[in-house]
Amino acid sequence: MSDLNTSMVEKYRNNFLKEVEAHVEEGEWVKMCMQCGVCSGSCPLGPHWEHPPQELFMMIRAGKREEVLSSESMWMCTSCYNCIVRCPRELPITHIMHGLAHYATRLGIEPKGQPTRQFAQLFWDNLAKNGRVNELWLGVNLYFMNGLVEGIKVAMGMAGIGLGMLKAGRLSLKELVGGHTVKDKKGFKAMIKKAQELEAARVDK
Amino acid sequence: MAKEYSFYPGCSSQEGASSSNYLTSVQSMCDVLDIKLNVIPDWNCCSASIGYCGGGELPRLALSARNIALSEEHNAGQDIVATCAACWLATKETQERLEDDEGLMAETNEALAEAGLKLKNENKIRHMVEVLIEDIGYEEMGKHVKKPLDGIKIAGYVGCQTNRPFGIEGESFENPKYLDKFIETMGAEPVENYDKKVSCCGGALAFSEPDKSQALIKDIIEAAYDGGADMIVTPCPVCQMNVEVYQDKINAKYGTKFNIPVTYYSTLMSVAYGKNGKESGLNGQIIKATKLEEIAAK
Amino acid sequence: MSDEMKIGAYICKGCGIADRLDVGQLEMTATRDGKAAICKQHDFLCSEEGVKLIQDDIDNEGVNRVVIAACSRRAKTEAFQFENVALVRTNLREGVIWVRPDTDEARETTQEMGDDYVRMGCAEAKYAHPPKPSGEQGLTRAILIAGGGVSGMTAALEASKAGYKSTIVEKSGSLGGATAQLFKKIPTKAPYADPEDTGVDEMIAAVEADPNITVFLNATLTKTAGAPGRFEADITTESGSTETQMFGSIVQASGFKPFDASVLTEFSYGKSKDVVTQLELEALAKEANGGPIKRPSDGKEVSSVMFIQCAGQRSKKEGHLEHCSGYCCSASIKQAMYFKDQNPDIDTVVLYTDLRTPGAGGENFYRSGQKKGVIFTKGVASEVVHSQNPTVKFKDLILDEDTEVEVDLVVLATGMVPNAGSSTREELTADENEAKETGNEIRIDADSILNLDYRQGKDVPHMANGFADSHFICFPYETQRTGIYTAGPTRRPMDVQQAIDDATGAAMKAINEAENAALGRAAHPRSGDLSFPSFRKEGCTQCKRCTVECPFGAINEDEEGYPVYNESRCRRCGTCMGACPVRVISFENYSIDTVGQQLKAVDIPDEFDEKPRILVLACENDAYPALDMAAQNKMEYSAFTRIIPVRCLGSVSLSWITDSMNSGFDGVILMGCPSGDDYQCHFVKGSGTAQERMGKVGDTLESLSLEKERVQTYEISITDIQKVTQIINDMESTIEQIGMSPFKF
Repeated sequence: MSDLNTSMVEKYRNNFLKEVEAHVEEGEWVKMCMQCGVCSGSCPLGPHWEHPPQELFMMIRAGKREEVLSSESMWMCTSCYNCIVRCPRELPITHIMHGLAHYATRLGIEPKGQPTRQFAQLFWDNLAKNGRVNELWLGVNLYFMNGLVEGIKVAMGMAGIGLGMLKAGRLSLKELVGGHTVKDKKGFKAMIKKAQELEAARVDK
Repeated sequence: MAKEYSFYPGCSSQEGASSSNYLTSVQSMCDVLDIKLNVIPDWNCCSASIGYCGGGELPRLALSARNIALSEEHNAGQDIVATCAACWLATKETQERLEDDEGLMAETNEALAEAGLKLKNENKIRHMVEVLIEDIGYEEMGKHVKKPLDGIKIAGYVGCQTNRPFGIEGESFENPKYLDKFIETMGAEPVENYDKKVSCCGGALAFSEPDKSQALIKDIIEAAYDGGADMIVTPCPVCQMNVEVYQDKINAKYGTKFNIPVTYYSTLMSVAYGKNGKESGLNGQIIKATKLEEIAAK
Repeated sequence: MSDEMKIGAYICKGCGIADRLDVGQLEMTATRDGKAAICKQHDFLCSEEGVKLIQDDIDNEGVNRVVIAACSRRAKTEAFQFENVALVRTNLREGVIWVRPDTDEARETTQEMGDDYVRMGCAEAKYAHPPKPSGEQGLTRAILIAGGGVSGMTAALEASKAGYKSTIVEKSGSLGGATAQLFKKIPTKAPYADPEDTGVDEMIAAVEADPNITVFLNATLTKTAGAPGRFEADITTESGSTETQMFGSIVQASGFKPFDASVLTEFSYGKSKDVVTQLELEALAKEANGGPIKRPSDGKEVSSVMFIQCAGQRSKKEGHLEHCSGYCCSASIKQAMYFKDQNPDIDTVVLYTDLRTPGAGGENFYRSGQKKGVIFTKGVASEVVHSQNPTVKFKDLILDEDTEVEVDLVVLATGMVPNAGSSTREELTADENEAKETGNEIRIDADSILNLDYRQGKDVPHMANGFADSHFICFPYETQRTGIYTAGPTRRPMDVQQAIDDATGAAMKAINEAENAALGRAAHPRSGDLSFPSFRKEGCTQCKRCTVECPFGAINEDEEGYPVYNESRCRRCGTCMGACPVRVISFENYSIDTVGQQLKAVDIPDEFDEKPRILVLACENDAYPALDMAAQNKMEYSAFTRIIPVRCLGSVSLSWITDSMNSGFDGVILMGCPSGDDYQCHFVKGSGTAQERMGKVGDTLESLSLEKERVQTYEISITDIQKVTQIINDMESTIEQIGMSPFKF
């Protein structure tokens, strides 16, 4: 566990709801859930969530910090926004799920091997590097995220798709070297760095 | 006089990227409708909806804020238009959140200053579909049809992010009608009561949770076949890719015989407006849209 | 006024009637068969000119029985209003042309329908008399209000605003009732975010300052006699002195009693001082008066509190309340705010299974509670363990786990027990049955509120869970005792604002009834009806069936056991008429004859004509409107149908059934409102009573050697439009199967 996590445990002893309100994106909405369960019923991957959103909200109120933050549940979010538009209390549920996932990651207690977590991190790293996503490298990294042997297997399985995309001109080997990028990489990176610093300062407050 | 917009094409539409054919057809369509798209110079990725793991709220807002700021600087006064659902959503979400929260706005500008930019947050963020409906109108869209897409039955798959959380003004979240109207306007026949019109294809989780996502995609395609569709049309690059490219895998897994082309609304329009196959991006189809190709070749 | 009968029949040709029926033939039927002295046709009878045509005959020709053969009696009621005559409507539009196809084959049977309805109308007119007030009326512009809480005070203040005097009789030594015990009330104004001052002190001051309002404290009603317009009440004070006053009508606002929480031993109530009811928490909050609330056991400032919702409520356990008290969720939110508003760091948890916050602001108030940080946990408490701090054991229904929380204070949301007086419906029924068997008086006497000097018990009858009966959808505030209106938690559980709204409505109804009674007019649902029942004493056998079966306790008995009608208590349903085995009870314009002669007027074709006749006795409240609506929708039914509207199925005399069988009808259908616990009978018990009576009709049919399928009883709601036509058509098929009645002569 990270130092940040330890200090947060210390700071919000017994009041996980307050911690979530202070540090999770849109977390101040959690208390407004009225437990109707429409979000869970509307989620395309609903059956795959160990704890559907309304249950996560209840767990937060019940102070189940470890269980919530280490849960794989919110990583099941496909960002379809069904829950948001249907929530009678207008909770930004999708954003709260993303916020919880991000906060867990920041504290270093997220489920490490979770495939969506890995892909999401790869995606961010990929875009943060050049300012634009390089789909080819994203794919390559994705297939090899569980090691070389596993990666070759996955890549072979997906080869047909890649080949189809190549033929249709929708995947370019040029991306292996160079590829798309923003021109003002320096300014772009400085901006991201600054934003991250400001955010970190907020969490430390 | 041409209608001018500040255009945010997004990563997937870049040359050699997964929806480059979308851009091709959009350009053909805009050419006919006298729409001028001025690309935002040096735009960056919006981080879509999967950037949340590595990117916190502020870094993600900064990404879209940079694009808006660049647009304000170079395409002053023009509405920002995106063709990609995720690009539109992330940019619009950023605009709203910064409007609502002065603190976030100040911090975002602090970060932007590092790249020598300043955000005023004044221009509208719009999806291409909104431009077509609100600025052009169905009637005008129909006037340019040279080759009506007679005899093609099409499932209008709206998907998620063009529809939620913002959606298109005047449309319902549960059963938006605009895509069906597009189809009709181009002379084709929409599938009535397409059951999976606004269902999720798995989005980015098609990569990380392929089995779960392909189960969703299977239902989307099955419902299109059930409605008697010859093809599927969508306004979203992720929807297009997910529904088109996994059909072989789904066939192998479920014993289905899916082979249904999935194109963009702009592909339809481009063909109906008399553009050839290449100009309409038809060569970008992995599953060939033969009926459209036949019309385009006429 | 001399009552020499002169029938004027008026046939309307409008709305397509003349296109479908031979009006000349109808006119002939009216004069030849119906013995109408005058018969006229008009193109649009409901027009000013048409109405004048009738009025002129009344004024100049001495017509005092008016038969209007036009549309349904439910249509054009405002046009067709004539004073001092008996008015009969016979239904050629909804009853004939709209339910039959416009074809050549159907023409003959359609005309037969029309002719029969004209005959029936004239027959009814022949036996109807113009109703007139009895002279029994009184006008007393004063209202008796039982109870001096917020409901009672509101009723008094509202009545005063309308210029009415009122007298509040309050059992305790002060006004204010339960509301006076509250620290604050659930908000009543937007944005519904914070508890509000109760306003009870201002209300008491207003009552005390109002010259129209008299208040008796420490007083009870020891006897209430009379009827609307002339209630005579004995007000007895603690000292023993009794004063008798006259009132026009009564508002009963006797409130509620708190549920006795001592039965909740599982929650350590009584054992732990730190387990309190909501009402007890109000006392603690009043004491703290905005400062930190201290718990009873050791005076410690409360830093954590749990509210257990539905404590002893919504439960079938012995001694628990089955109902939801409706206000307690909002009350707990309000009380949690007592803590949160004083110190946001106090942990407040509301343990609920279904959070219910009715009313316009309910949802806003719930959200406000959430915004203030009140935690809402969906779960069921099983036990409160008593030690230094109470520990609540509960099952979390969302997380599906058994868990427990230790808190400083536990608050039980225990709900309302109605304070509605002595006679529960069950007791009343039991007593009625006993009275029927033994012929004894009904004896019910316990904590009576009104001590009514009525044949049927000392208080208004109750419905489920002991609340005073009032079918709020169909007849708001009306109880089963005319002129007595219940308001506030005695009628159903409610909070302060709801009680204020309720009492306002009840006061208006009370004023309305006091005025109506003075004019001899009926209350809802036959509002304005001047007819009233009377009986032929020489024929009466003192069987007491009418006094027992009257749903409104309108009939007392004299020393010899003869019925004594109290006209203004009567709702004119005719249940007494249906009950009377010797047929001596009648209304001026509704009697054994007005219906009996109608069915006898129907032309019964020969058995071999294969034209059966089906009689439908349809309740005018729901079944007849449903039939009208079926007609409006042009739904067809059998041309052999003849429909007679009745005031209530309870008014149906068995003699009509036997008479119709004897006259050769092939089938009889009775249509009344649903009865039972969720009754829709506009006269509460009428349709249920009829169901019971019809249970015995099988024997009668058997004695005539007739199939029991020939008489059928149905419960019809006003929306059963498809069903009514189906029932009629099914009867036609049934007759086809079992054959025509052998009683056609």
